[in-house]
Amino acid sequence: MSELSPSLTAEHDAEFGDYVALLKPRVMSLVIFTALVGLLVAPVPVHPMVGFTAILFIALGGGASGALNMWWDADIDRIMRRTRSRPIPAGRVRAEEALALGLALSALSVVMLGLATNLFAAAFLAFTIFFYVVIYTVWLKRWTPQNIVIGGAAGAFPPMVGWAAATGSVSIEAVLMFLIIFMWTPPHFWSLALFMKSDYHEAKVPMLTVTHGADATRRHILIYTLLLAPVGPALGLSSIGGPATLSATVILNLLFLKGAWAIWRRSTAEAQADEFAVEKRVFRFSLIYLFLTFGALLLDASLRHLGWGLV
Amino acid sequence: MAITRTHELHKRRFGRNLGVALTLGAFVLLVFGLTLAKLTETGPTEGFDHTMRPSLSEGTGQ
Repeated sequence: MSELSPSLTAEHDAEFGDYVALLKPRVMSLVIFTALVGLLVAPVPVHPMVGFTAILFIALGGGASGALNMWWDADIDRIMRRTRSRPIPAGRVRAEEALALGLALSALSVVMLGLATNLFAAAFLAFTIFFYVVIYTVWLKRWTPQNIVIGGAAGAFPPMVGWAAATGSVSIEAVLMFLIIFMWTPPHFWSLALFMKSDYHEAKVPMLTVTHGADATRRHILIYTLLLAPVGPALGLSSIGGPATLSATVILNLLFLKGAWAIWRRSTAEAQADEFAVEKRVFRFSLIYLFLTFGALLLDASLRHLGWGLV
Repeated sequence: MAITRTHELHKRRFGRNLGVALTLGAFVLLVFGLTLAKLTETGPTEGFDHTMRPSLSEGTGQ
C-alpha cells in the first residue's frame, strides 16, 4: 500500500456519498440479492424485520470488506483506468478513513447479525469478511493468477450466510448456491480481463491474461463454464429447486457455454478487430445469468409456498 | 446580517453531517423495530409486579 500525503487542506473533506462509494454499492447489490434468496429459500421462516436486519448487515459487512479492499489497493487503484475515480485515488477520502470505516462497519455488521439472528451466521459473516480482505485482497490478488478463483469464494458466501441466518446452519442446498457463484466467478472476471488486460498489466496484478496470455485465458473460461454447467441443474433438482430453476439453469448454461465456446474459438486479433464484442457480450450475459438463476430459485420458492411446487 | 461567512466547505460538511445523523436515526429505528419483532416472537410475557399472583409462582415452586 502506498503512502499518501497528509490531508492537504480542508477543501478535501469528503461528502457522505464518497463514504458510500467506498462500500462498492454495485457489488453490494449482488450480495443483497443472493443473500436474500438464500434467506428466503431456507426452510425456516423468518420474521420480516429480522430478515430485513439480517440482509442489511450482511450487505454492510460486504460493503465493509469493500472499503478495506479500497484501503489496501489504493496504490493499484490509482494506476488502473477502471478504478482511478474511486474515492481514495481521486483524493476525496483519506486511506485511514477507509480503514477506520471498514473496521468499524465490519464489527458492527457481525455483532448486529449475531443479535438479529444467530452466532453461526455472525461467525460466517466474519469469516467472509476475513476471507475477502486477508486471503483475497492482501494475499492472493497480487500473488497468483488463480486469485479470483479462490478469492471468488468470498462473493459466493452471501447466500450461505443468508441461509445460516434463517436456519442456524448450512446444508447441501446452501453449498450448491455457493458453488454456482464460485464456478461462475472465473469466467465472469476473465471475460472482463480479456478486454481490460492493459489495465491489470500496468498495475502489475497477476491476472491470467497477463501471466499466461489471452489464449490460455480463453481456454480457462471454457473449462470453468463446463464445470459450472451441471451445478445449476443440480440445484434445480434439489429441495430448493423446481421446474423454474431446472429449466432456467439448463437454458442459461447452454447459452453461457455457447458464449464461452465463441470466446475460445476466436483469436486475440479477431477480438481486437471487433473491439472484443463477443467477450463484452459474454461478460454482460454473465451478470444476467446469475440474476436469473437466483430469480428462478425465488420463483420456485413462491410456487412451493402457493402449493404448486413439484416437491 | 450574518456575522459568519459560509464557505462551500460548510455545505459539504453539512451534507456529510446530515447523512451521518440520518444514518444514526435509522439505526435507532432499526434496533427498536428489531426489539419489537423479537419480543413478539417470544409471545406474551408476564412478570411480577409487586402483587402476589399464584399463577406465576406455582411454576417456579416458590
